[in-house]
Amino acid sequence: MSEGNKSEHKLTQLKALEAESIHIIREVVAEFRNPVMLYSVGKDSSVLLHLARKAFYPAPLPFPLLHVDTGFKFKEMYEFRDAFCKEVGVNLIVRRNEDAIAKGMNPKDFGVARCCGALKTQGLLDALEEGEYDAAFGGARRDEERSRAKERVFSMRDEFGQWDPKNQRPELWNIYNGRIHEGESVRVFPISNWTEMDIWLYIREENIPIVPLYFAKERLMVERKHLLIPYYEEMKDQLLEGEEPKMVMSRFRTLGCSPCTGAVRSDATNMDEIVIEAAAARRSERETRIIDHGSNSMEDKKKEGYF
Amino acid sequence: MTELNLKVAEEIELLRLVTVGSVDDGKSTLIGRLLVDTKGAFEDQLLAVRKKKGTTHIASAAEIDLAMLTDGLSAEREQGITIDVAYRYFATPKRKFIMADCPGHEQYTRNMVTGASTASAAIILIDARNGVMPQTKRHTHILGLLGIPHLIVAINKMDLVNHDQAVFESIRAEMNEYCAKQGVKDLICLPMSALDGDMVAVRGNNMDWYEGKTLLETLESLPVLDDVDTKPFRLPVQLVNRPQTPDLPDYRGFMGTIASGTVRVGDAVKAIPSGNTSTVKEIVTFDGNLEEAFAPQSITLTLNDEIDLSRGDMLVHIDGETSDSKELVANVCWIGDEPLSVRKKYIIKHTTNSVKAMVASIDFRRDIHTLSKDDADELAMNEIGQITFKLMKPIHCDSYADNRMTGSFIVIDTFTNNTVGAGMIV
Repeated sequence: MSEGNKSEHKLTQLKALEAESIHIIREVVAEFRNPVMLYSVGKDSSVLLHLARKAFYPAPLPFPLLHVDTGFKFKEMYEFRDAFCKEVGVNLIVRRNEDAIAKGMNPKDFGVARCCGALKTQGLLDALEEGEYDAAFGGARRDEERSRAKERVFSMRDEFGQWDPKNQRPELWNIYNGRIHEGESVRVFPISNWTEMDIWLYIREENIPIVPLYFAKERLMVERKHLLIPYYEEMKDQLLEGEEPKMVMSRFRTLGCSPCTGAVRSDATNMDEIVIEAAAARRSERETRIIDHGSNSMEDKKKEGYF
Repeated sequence: MTELNLKVAEEIELLRLVTVGSVDDGKSTLIGRLLVDTKGAFEDQLLAVRKKKGTTHIASAAEIDLAMLTDGLSAEREQGITIDVAYRYFATPKRKFIMADCPGHEQYTRNMVTGASTASAAIILIDARNGVMPQTKRHTHILGLLGIPHLIVAINKMDLVNHDQAVFESIRAEMNEYCAKQGVKDLICLPMSALDGDMVAVRGNNMDWYEGKTLLETLESLPVLDDVDTKPFRLPVQLVNRPQTPDLPDYRGFMGTIASGTVRVGDAVKAIPSGNTSTVKEIVTFDGNLEEAFAPQSITLTLNDEIDLSRGDMLVHIDGETSDSKELVANVCWIGDEPLSVRKKYIIKHTTNSVKAMVASIDFRRDIHTLSKDDADELAMNEIGQITFKLMKPIHCDSYADNRMTGSFIVIDTFTNNTVGAGMIV
């Protein structure tokens, strides 16, 4: 036995983050009655799912995945989701706010805030209530946005699913307090301590499959303000004056709903090039997400129940 | 970034830090400086908190309202105070850092304890004009109590004392003396001007009399883990994995994060509390079985015998000893709104084990200014004292000084379910 000897083992920072995330995921399964993993099909979700599969190997995942679909995701995301979930054999639940979709909810006519509120936040709250989940894993990271920098790993939500940032439980060491009252729930963020760079490095190291939109390709795009918006035939009537779709070598740093997510000009066609590009990036990935713009929007949305 | 650098980026180590000090000590400026100098903040994030509207490029930290960058909640920006711990991330080609940025005021001691609990190193900021303040001593005491292996005292605002070496030396002497009394082993004092950037990432030209490393060089060279893998093996069992699938009908895997030490296939192990013994059959991971595993890896073990072992139990080497007692004596930092009371029942969560507990006695309350041990009937929020708990079931633990992971616990209020205390076993 090596006890008393000098340390000869080193964990790389990615492996240290991985170990911490697996610990958190297992702790939730041990302490909660009915957990679910939110799955948005994006790169962070892909890492989160990979970590969960590692946590319980060789057993299958002990909880389902929940995709709160807005109906506005890129078609490549739906194709990837269905093929990948089938391949790895996970239980995928898809829920949509059908009422709002039937009423024709969209960001252009109703505004981004209302559309997100109905399709994402309300869609999520309804799905969590329907499934009677007491814990929901999410792939949010603290480096994404300044209100998220203050988020706990176990984030308490009241019976309305709302976050109270001024009244958060202290989290000490790696001991998480999972005790809740009837009706309350927690959102759990196992990759809180990962940065965008870590996500890309880990996807590269682990060969984690991701939606092809993350890789650069000549794509038909419309340039609107400082954003590159992917153009689909259905958008013909929504073009603004002077806008002309054209082919642009581009990729997505982050994926959301197609009307509200911009691409970036890029030549990065493989993981090595993506990592190199991420390392050189001077602007944050959330800049391409329209929902974050506005003085206080992420914190407000989180208080209402957004993940 | 070249092919070679990609490899380096994957292999760098992680260092967890805590920064304490108040806004007046220049903490926000320092954090802003670190983020800007290591490119830990993106341009659009910096532009969002620029002082002058219309600026399209940020050339120096002076152009940014640094507190706006660090105070993430609207309530903090409204009130101009930092309420809660925030976590920041930055990296150099050598290392990645997770920094818990803690508010400094006395009423936020609980946040400081939270941020410091996972840290391997602490940066304590001192305003060179004011010298060692009561709050500096309070912070140092708490960091010592939490067993932070490395303390870095950054004597800031040296530009406002003409970069005078005598000022630095006098503060350093006072801190050395105070830390010696606390039993702090590794103390580094360095002079700094976070505003100008001197001694943060670069040396600057103003303090040639100081020959030590810059702050960033210091952070890059501190040992990351305190040889946690060479301590006695401890695996608190988190879950028992029994897939019961057609391929794995009888599989029983013991899942957990190794709290300390190293384990190898074939090692003779003992389950606590049952005392049953077996040997390690496999160390299972998604990436294939391992020959050995060490702290803080998260792994699954299978054993050669079927023994009684479940969540809350601990697996140790066959000759490993833990103390086993229904009485628990610990330094407790109280973080609940309602004071700790000798009449109430609490739940203590220690590793993966939760037990009911009563306060048998408040041995003393520590005056964090004079360090004297005072009699007390209760422990209010942000106070620290030594408490003896009576437990419903014995727990199997180490002293905090020996093992931060198996020597720590949280206290949970059974009525509100809130985390109300942070305990370090004596």
